[in-house]
Amino acid sequence: MAKVVIDNKMYEVNGSKNMLEICLSLGLNLPYFCWHPELGSVGACRQCAVIKYKDKEDTKGKLVMACLEPVADNMRISLEADEAKQFRAGNVEALMTNHPHDCPVCDEGGECHLQDMTVMTGHNYRRYNFKKRTHTNQYLGPFINHEMNRCIQCYRCVRFYKDYAGGKDLDVFGAHDDLYFGRHEEGVLENEFSGNLLEVCPTGVFTDKTLRKHFTRKWDLTNAPSICHGCALGCNIIASERYGSIRRILSRYNGDVNGYFLCDRGRFGYEYVNSEKRIQTPLKKQDGTFSQLTREQVIQEINAITSGKKLIGIGSPKASLESNFLLRQWVGAENFYAGMSNSEGKLVQLVLEILKAGKVKTPSLNEVKEYDAVFILGEDVTNTAPMLALNLRQAAKNKPDQKAAALDIPDWNDEGVRELVQGAKGPFYIASAHITKLDEIATQTCQLHPDDIARLGYAVANKINGQLPVLDSDEGEETLSQNIAKAMLAAKKPLIVAGISLFNQSIIESAANVASALKEQGKDVGLVYIVPEVNSVGLTMIADQFLDDAFEKATQAENDTLIILENDLYQRMDKNSTDAFFENYKNNITLDYLDNKTTQQATYILPATTFAEGNGTVINNEGRAQRFYQVYSPDNDVKSSWKWLQAMIPNTTSSCQSFDEVIKDLVDAFPELKGIQEIAPSEHFREGTQKIPREPHRYSGRTAMHADTEVSEHQPPSDTDSALSFTMEGYAGIPPAALTPFYWSPGWNSVQAINKYQIEVGGALHGGNPGKRLFEQKENNKADYFENIPSQFSPKEGSWFLLPFYHILGSDELSAQSPAIKERVPAPYVALNDNDASKAGIEEGDIIDVLVKEVNQKLTVKLNTGLPEGTIGLPKGLTATAGIQFPFWTTFKKLTDE
Amino acid sequence: MEKPLTEHIKNDNTWLSLKEYKKVGGYEGLQKALKLNPEEVTNIVKESGLKGRGGAGFSTGTKWSFVPMGDDVPTPKYFIANGDEMEPGSFKDRLLLEGNPHQLIEGMIIGSYAIQARYSYVFLRWAYHHAAKAISSAIQEAYEAGYLGQNILGSKFNLDMSLHISVGRYICGEETALLNALEGKRANPRTKPPFPVVSGLFGKPTVVNNVETLNNIPHILNKGAEWFKGLSKTDEGGTKLYGASGRVKKPGLWELPLGTTLRELLEVHAGGMQDGYKFKGVLPGGGSTDFLTEEHLDVPMDYASVGKAGSRLGTGTLIVLDDKTCTVGMLQNLEQFFAQESCGWCTPCREGLPWTAKLLDAIEKGKGKMEDLDTLTFQTHYMAPGNTYCALAPGAMEPLQSALKYFKTDFEKHIHEHKCPWEQ
Amino acid sequence: MIAEKILSSEEIKEIQEVYKHFPVKSAACIEGLKIIQKNHRWVSDEAVKELAEILEMSPAAIDSVATYYSLIFRRPVGEHVVMVCNSVSCWIMGCEKITNSLKEKLAVDYGETTADDRFTLLTIPCLGTCDHAPAMIIGEDLHRDLTTDKLDDILNSYK
Ligand SMILES: Cc1cc2nc3c(=O)[nH]c(=O)nc-3n(C[C@H](O)[C@H](O)[C@H](O)COP(=O)(O)O)c2cc1C
Ligand code: SF4
Ligand code: FES
Repeated sequence: MAKVVIDNKMYEVNGSKNMLEICLSLGLNLPYFCWHPELGSVGACRQCAVIKYKDKEDTKGKLVMACLEPVADNMRISLEADEAKQFRAGNVEALMTNHPHDCPVCDEGGECHLQDMTVMTGHNYRRYNFKKRTHTNQYLGPFINHEMNRCIQCYRCVRFYKDYAGGKDLDVFGAHDDLYFGRHEEGVLENEFSGNLLEVCPTGVFTDKTLRKHFTRKWDLTNAPSICHGCALGCNIIASERYGSIRRILSRYNGDVNGYFLCDRGRFGYEYVNSEKRIQTPLKKQDGTFSQLTREQVIQEINAITSGKKLIGIGSPKASLESNFLLRQWVGAENFYAGMSNSEGKLVQLVLEILKAGKVKTPSLNEVKEYDAVFILGEDVTNTAPMLALNLRQAAKNKPDQKAAALDIPDWNDEGVRELVQGAKGPFYIASAHITKLDEIATQTCQLHPDDIARLGYAVANKINGQLPVLDSDEGEETLSQNIAKAMLAAKKPLIVAGISLFNQSIIESAANVASALKEQGKDVGLVYIVPEVNSVGLTMIADQFLDDAFEKATQAENDTLIILENDLYQRMDKNSTDAFFENYKNNITLDYLDNKTTQQATYILPATTFAEGNGTVINNEGRAQRFYQVYSPDNDVKSSWKWLQAMIPNTTSSCQSFDEVIKDLVDAFPELKGIQEIAPSEHFREGTQKIPREPHRYSGRTAMHADTEVSEHQPPSDTDSALSFTMEGYAGIPPAALTPFYWSPGWNSVQAINKYQIEVGGALHGGNPGKRLFEQKENNKADYFENIPSQFSPKEGSWFLLPFYHILGSDELSAQSPAIKERVPAPYVALNDNDASKAGIEEGDIIDVLVKEVNQKLTVKLNTGLPEGTIGLPKGLTATAGIQFPFWTTFKKLTDE
Repeated sequence: MEKPLTEHIKNDNTWLSLKEYKKVGGYEGLQKALKLNPEEVTNIVKESGLKGRGGAGFSTGTKWSFVPMGDDVPTPKYFIANGDEMEPGSFKDRLLLEGNPHQLIEGMIIGSYAIQARYSYVFLRWAYHHAAKAISSAIQEAYEAGYLGQNILGSKFNLDMSLHISVGRYICGEETALLNALEGKRANPRTKPPFPVVSGLFGKPTVVNNVETLNNIPHILNKGAEWFKGLSKTDEGGTKLYGASGRVKKPGLWELPLGTTLRELLEVHAGGMQDGYKFKGVLPGGGSTDFLTEEHLDVPMDYASVGKAGSRLGTGTLIVLDDKTCTVGMLQNLEQFFAQESCGWCTPCREGLPWTAKLLDAIEKGKGKMEDLDTLTFQTHYMAPGNTYCALAPGAMEPLQSALKYFKTDFEKHIHEHKCPWEQ
Repeated sequence: MIAEKILSSEEIKEIQEVYKHFPVKSAACIEGLKIIQKNHRWVSDEAVKELAEILEMSPAAIDSVATYYSLIFRRPVGEHVVMVCNSVSCWIMGCEKITNSLKEKLAVDYGETTADDRFTLLTIPCLGTCDHAPAMIIGEDLHRDLTTDKLDDILNSYK
């Protein structure tokens, strides 16, 4: 801590920060452009100028950039001094000399940092009356619109894209006042985190193309705090609506989870919510066609067919805990199946056991950035948990950055640190089934069969603790495992990352062994497991049977009604057995959002809410329970699954009425989940007497919204499930973090208003970051080690071991149905080992016949993926490969030319 | 009068070969240096009071003394000669580079030894092709004679040296920008701190010195700090290459005692103004220094005195403004240069300089308004030292702010007459 | 169809020789651009991509550097590049007359190349020969103390 005097007031402040961070943390309005809390300071824009005084006697002082000024005890500065104010106004004036002033037609207008800073500095009269320089714009793909003329050359885009996210295809070109930020030629921006440019850019150069299709100003959007459903990390998002459609997703700051950023799946994958394939009304199948029913009719009919009958319930890792729980209540625990394959479910269970045992700390997504050595086993993290990959990229810089700290170069001095370390990374080791994107930052990588990845893990564990089982390892494993063990032992905070994406139990077990062994060596080790879906962990906590179990039992028992919750079984199980499963049931009730193969099998379809229209709780891979809230209330029969279920559970003995009451019952049934009651205020919560408005106070057009059908103003829907309201009326201050629907503060209309919501910039939100970890590390917990070392993989003549390839844009069934993402989904392919291919006389781009579960598929060959000999790969989760249960042995053959 | 730096330079457009250089005492300074320990070498340079001849005038020995020394410091360290010389009106390093390359190389080897550098670069601007040939051949000779490479003169000191030829951009002369250029990157300057002596080329401790600065080093080692101090007229030590361009009778370059007056330079060495031209003002140290006028002619040209007179010694090459040349036109030319050479990193320089140049252009064309003079004054405050990321833009403001002080009526005349008064 | 490569194997070897001297390959970026320009007069988009491959950089990163420096030509230039100093000393000494005369003689404006592809006319900042202003540089040859009468002879020597 240090004492500083700012405009004659004394403050006690954090001595490791720079003065800009201090001023913003104190709530002072000091303009800036090039600084970003995650990207650090570079002093380029010169906007954060303040006067610094030598001592009390010094009245003149010297102009300095606050973002480059380390805090010093007894430092005196002024924001208000005339010289500083004039400089800042002049700086904006200079920036605006080439700016087009096109706010009325600019998508950023109304939430533009440049607008805010212009007003803040008081620059309002233009002296410059020469021609402005202009640029042409580029096509950058389906996500991002480019309008270079608005650029103020703060360099944030390239600093984020290149330095932070490892992007290669965005850069700055030219010099002096002729700078161009874009691609070296037109084309799709390839980086998985490109969408963050929208928020990182302080003006309207990079704007959201998906929003542009039906543009709405920020102040006209209805928003809710939500959780991304794209993968298991549970990044916090703000989802926004107008006229019954979701218009965009922004990152919602959570200092424990995703911080400031999101991946492109999370940001642009929302459009399926607005799909024409949405189920809008209850449907009933008769004679092979569906017809609409009213809500009352459908409840009545379902009650009639289900009462007193045996019910089978299939839950979903995409659905909330509440919905899964009520289905389980309805059908009974013994008839409730987690809607994932056994192979997946058992592995999630194993991960859950390890989490619960708490031998080693599982860091939060954000804490991952603090580790200084990384060992990844089996995961293609960029594609299976994208934001984790972004944070691992930051972790890779830690060890080299320690050199900068030793020279007293503060970590926020981005340029100083960068020049000193010269891009050095690591230690960072990756053992995966094929080449992965993160390989480019790795110290050493290897591509192995999953069993051999696990073997490497066991070998490393043995090198760390000689007591652990030794394997008859070959030489390659020997030196590599030696290197990895050494690097992990040399680190202060080694991090082990593994997951279930290769469906290999031994990988999970060996990763746990490595972590436990390091822990016992006194290391502050972290262990992160990646699981597939937003609520994989939550669902596994309340279910212990899976789809194969359900399929198996279905053929044995006398069967009646099947109820499927938000789950297309054809995505998870192969077609034949799924068809056979459905054969067993006369009645099949499906709750879902989009028309799919499973809904086609239903006798009744109930229109369920997506994340955008419903409330719920999900548990991420770390065991963090988080709440998402509905953005708007659709004016049709779409209802949350838990609401449908609640209405159908006969003679509910429980008091299940409101959302809070469902949670109460849930917690009573599963005391382990008690924490979920604390993750957000209850529906009764009020700020004073007021609810939290989902709409900004400038929301316009409410009285005219329904004018096409009716002239009188509609009664706004009321929200009986949460402390949020659907209107703009209500509490105007900063609400509890879990209930913050958007960021705004007087003078701060852009996303950068987030500063006002944090205790300290880049730190926790006021009142603490939302969400709650359900499992913590148990200190002094002695490790039990796993011992089942798999034997080395040996290729089979004429047969290949089929492995999954994951794609951030494509492997997730729902986001892949969003039009913008659809443009980026890869065409189906088959990946072959280069040697295997050349032996078979197959080249890149050839089309070959692959036998996938009794069906032959013609697929284009991809080489150079690093796949080990004897294995082949298929993309997971694309339409053409839906329902494949990896891994298995298969065959392929070259198509002859006839 | 001693002229240690230039006395042996031939005027037949050839450079001193190694043999010729050795004949006149070449590499004796190095031999002496290698017998001392590195810190002693640095101390001698410090004692000599040698100030950097690249423009900023920082004590060379002091700069060297900031380099971390000892066994557990980051290595390899680097030593760089700054031969970018792109400051308008400056042409002093060229003479040394073309005429006596070994003198530079010897200075660099001594400097490298003092900071225990392992690699050394001559950073040369593209346009100096003749110099490039001189330096390459001299480096080759030095290798062959054992002054470069492994175990130099049996001292166990190893040093490799190479020539880097730049591809344009004035900013490359700024020492941190130069480091980026050498690393193959865009030559934007870097933040200080950390200073290059701590984190320089490839993140390692690095010293950057001007070519003229380094040419002094062999002599200081050879003849001692006291000798060096005695060379100047004032107390700053050494000789200085002074030059003059513009409408003077004998434009040229001369090595003279540091502290020679402006009057002597103009009247004696440059031979006075050309017939029909009257002296109006002078930029004393290249395009980014403040004008001095008639009243300053007796100012001794050393760092402190020129500073006191309100300008900077800079490179010591005078650009003379005469009465038949339009002040506004000259400034427009200068500011256009700086605007075009801005790296584009920081706002004031990137946006302010083109604006300034456009205002001057408008005034020059008779389209200016009186408010434009306020805007120009605003620009000089806006781009004051410390306000920008590096010293380019503040340098660019020096001729302008002083012109607005001394020659304001020239601007006003343009505005009132709606044309350039010098236009025929 | 395999597109013809721009860079010859000798050039590639020369570039590879350069990066050996640096701790990272990317440090050879400027040198690489110079080598390409030496042999091809200018650096084409294709050449940028090929250099990117050699140095394991992205084309964007290479082009970011290439477009920064004023003496890397990203557009075709003629056989001889005529660069006239337009900085302050030469300006005082009348460089405008020289350039106007050159423009007339070559029938091109700045940045343009003569129809016969012989000359490209450009300006260059201070050539460091201010005591012999005005000056220009053609290829590697410096021409000083210019007057308009000397221009024909000079240009003719490049025919
Ligand atoms: C825009 C700019 C251009 C510069 N150009 C040169 C140059 O061409 N040559 C030079 O020696 N120093 C130049 N300098 C000064 C260098 O940054 C640095 O101070 C100098 O090379 C240090 O050497 P010295 O201590 O021997 O003077 C320039 C500085 C600035 C701000
Ligand atoms: S003053 Fe700023 S923009 Fe100008 S050259 Fe220096 S850093 Fe670059
Ligand atoms: S925020 Fe400080 S200079 Fe840009």
